[in-house]
Amino acid sequence: MSEPGIQYPETDDEVARIVSEACANRRPIEIRGGGTKRGYGRPLQVASALSVEKLSGITNYDPSELVMAARAGTPLEEIEAALALNKQMLTFEPMDHRPLLGASGVPTIGGVFAGNISGPRRISAGAARDSLLGVRFVNGSGEIIKSGGRVMKNVTGLDLVKLMAGSWGTLGVLCEVIFKVLPRPETMATIVVKGLNDAQAAEAMAAAMGMSVEVSGAAHLPESVVHKIADGALKGGPATVLRLEGLEPSVAVRRERLVEEMHRRGEVSVLDADATTSVWRDIRDVKPFAGASAGVSVKPVWRVSVAPSAGHQLVAALRLKTGVDAFFDWQGGLVWLQMEADPEADLVRKYIKALGGGHATLVRADAATRAAVPVFEPQPAALEALTKRIKEQFDPRAILNPGRMSSAV
Amino acid sequence: MTDLIAFLEPSRSVIDRRPTIIADLAELLPEGCLITEERELVPFDTDAFVSYRRMPLAVVLPETTAQVAAVMKYCNDNAIPVIPRGAGTSLSGGAIPQEDAVVIGVSKMNQIVEVDYPNRTAVVQAGVTNISISQSVDADGFFYAPDPSSQLACTIGGNIGMNSGGAHCLKYGVTTNNLLGVKMVMFDGSIVEIGGKALDSAGYDLLGLICGSEGQLGIVTEATVRLLAKPEGARPVLFGFESSVAAGACVTEIIGSGIIPVAIEFMDKPAIEICEAFAQAGYPMDVEALLIVEVEGSDAEMDAMLARIIEIARKHAVKTIKESQSATEAALIWKGRKSAFGATGRIADYICMDGTVPLGQLSHVLEKTSEIIDHYGLRVANVFHAGDGNMHPLILFDANDPEESMKAEMAGNDILKLCVDAGGCLTGEHGVGIEKRDLMRHQYTDADLAQQMRVRAAFDPQWILNPSKVFPLERRNGSQPGDPVPDAAAAPGKTAA
Repeated sequence: MSEPGIQYPETDDEVARIVSEACANRRPIEIRGGGTKRGYGRPLQVASALSVEKLSGITNYDPSELVMAARAGTPLEEIEAALALNKQMLTFEPMDHRPLLGASGVPTIGGVFAGNISGPRRISAGAARDSLLGVRFVNGSGEIIKSGGRVMKNVTGLDLVKLMAGSWGTLGVLCEVIFKVLPRPETMATIVVKGLNDAQAAEAMAAAMGMSVEVSGAAHLPESVVHKIADGALKGGPATVLRLEGLEPSVAVRRERLVEEMHRRGEVSVLDADATTSVWRDIRDVKPFAGASAGVSVKPVWRVSVAPSAGHQLVAALRLKTGVDAFFDWQGGLVWLQMEADPEADLVRKYIKALGGGHATLVRADAATRAAVPVFEPQPAALEALTKRIKEQFDPRAILNPGRMSSAV
Repeated sequence: MTDLIAFLEPSRSVIDRRPTIIADLAELLPEGCLITEERELVPFDTDAFVSYRRMPLAVVLPETTAQVAAVMKYCNDNAIPVIPRGAGTSLSGGAIPQEDAVVIGVSKMNQIVEVDYPNRTAVVQAGVTNISISQSVDADGFFYAPDPSSQLACTIGGNIGMNSGGAHCLKYGVTTNNLLGVKMVMFDGSIVEIGGKALDSAGYDLLGLICGSEGQLGIVTEATVRLLAKPEGARPVLFGFESSVAAGACVTEIIGSGIIPVAIEFMDKPAIEICEAFAQAGYPMDVEALLIVEVEGSDAEMDAMLARIIEIARKHAVKTIKESQSATEAALIWKGRKSAFGATGRIADYICMDGTVPLGQLSHVLEKTSEIIDHYGLRVANVFHAGDGNMHPLILFDANDPEESMKAEMAGNDILKLCVDAGGCLTGEHGVGIEKRDLMRHQYTDADLAQQMRVRAAFDPQWILNPSKVFPLERRNGSQPGDPVPDAAAAPGKTAA
């Protein structure tokens, strides 16, 4: 698995040494985990790389504490298997980018947190960053820094933990992450409402989320994508899906109440736990837009985050101007857009702004496009300047994944 | 009053300019927004960490973000320290002023700007009290989840500064997990907006960094917070145990079994006695420790969950189980717990510590806490959020006895170090403030602290904002030989100032 030009440190000290040398020589390095998200962000212009693959293994896990610590290169599969043995899970349900990006490799826990990768349960249980309790990382000067701890509540100093989540390796090389885990739900069910258009679905999802039934996932699959979910289990018109999880008796009560409410809006059916698992896995992994394989030209895909009530309005506005396919997670607040040809960055971002704000990330596009179009949302001048100052305080010589998030960061 | 904690030497040049500064501030603010008379400044000379007091240079109570920005710009241009203040309920001295500083209080900015049920968000001004957010949406079936004990008085601005939590955070998380956006005034008076109604925001997680930054990165004037649908019902149950160890083991097993109640509160015998004498909540007096476990949902859900919890408690030789049969009984159970601080204040002076430990260390830390307290010849009552390991030993002492006051502070420091040594943190929800500032080195290395301080300097190059809090004082002037000291003046941020 070793490639030339890549260094594979096995200890934090080795990471620190490699980064120190790179800093001294002003030699930028690419920071890699399992490599499944290398196609995310602006293409890097670097000659050398540091892989955390060999920084691997769970370092601390007592299921009754609901906390796990693992080295950054630990495969996500290993983490999830250890949790499953104890009937626990990562609450934020991280997406697997491989189907969408056509990537190979193995997702690592460090990569998940570096990208703040969250799935459908983000609407109810928070993002990856909400689960991250502590980190140890090497900054761009080669210093080993720790922040946070292995406790649920902590306000000791500045929360650098949050800052590391979603910084895509531009502030430091994650060596170890400590995160909250939760019991796996005893059972789950999905209420499917058929036949709603995007606007009706947005209303239905808002109503469901406003009830005290604790919906843990709320997505809408328009007709153009629904047949690609769970091997066509939901096909035949658009489907709005609402997930319930928890103890058996509790889910039974809540299911009844939710079905009663949704009956007024459309034809309702209920999926059992197994069907629920496959439907939500496909939504999580953006299965409707999968199919890319390495080297094959693919349609651009955006990940858009807006207020839940604005998602369907954005898509309606775009449809009048350009060819776009879409589906909605997070009650409509997470919009996955597949563009016909051109990513239409200006148009997408113009409408997001007009609809009250949010941001768009170009998750899939060829390298030339990702070099030309701002992949991450451009920031207002004041925030961009602040972001740049923060970057400088972690990585004064700009050697860690330089330019991955923007030309400045 | 003790003097274990040092303050920065106030700047003579600022104090000498006081008349000019006051005249200039008056120009920037409408009538009634500037306080300069000593008599009126007294209520601002400390917060809820009352052992320490300092008179501020002046207090301003702006009515708008633009006024906050004008004052902030003026103070930065003239190198005058600024102390942001919500309701002044900080237990760690986070809002204690200094003689050369202007306090910017947000209490007049107390409007709920917008409630948006389809998106379940509220936009509120920073001076809105925590409880009033929930009150304003209660009739429609919603609430704002973080519930610090001071929620009747504390403001959302202060909650963001301290990343406040509360009893129900086991299930719902703390402020940072319920905050979607802020409007914030930066050091130079510029106004930035971060986040909004979308569930995540672009770029670095600045919102996560600002939350809990104790007023060091900017002054939040408006916030977008998440609202949640209220559960159908909630039911607390009291469990009395023969020992703290048994109660601790019960907590661990409940969590390990896959049940996450909405709250698990722990009280030891001294705390039970104090609270019962005050609230007459019907707490059992023949037990060494009690747990209040609250579950939520419909009756059927609560029955199912409680049946399992009771089964677990029985395995730990529970002596008393008291299920609340009515809203009145439920309120009484919580009244005892929620009056713990007030009730303790009736029988003695006390300091409330706020260490957090991994759940598996609870029993060990409780035992060691007793040893520390015995060593100093003091008394302690333990009452805390057991579900998330956030301990609150209340150290009882006589504030009129300087020696005992000193001992109480020293015992508190030892307990916090114990928490860190057990794998925990110095503070779970109260913040570092001045109280734990000098203990920061126990939890962090020089490199860790320097990294945090460099980030701070990126937001506030002159260290104008709440300057003597959070970070050890000696670390900021480069006076320690060999220290990798962050030189604020040389920070790249300076060029943008």
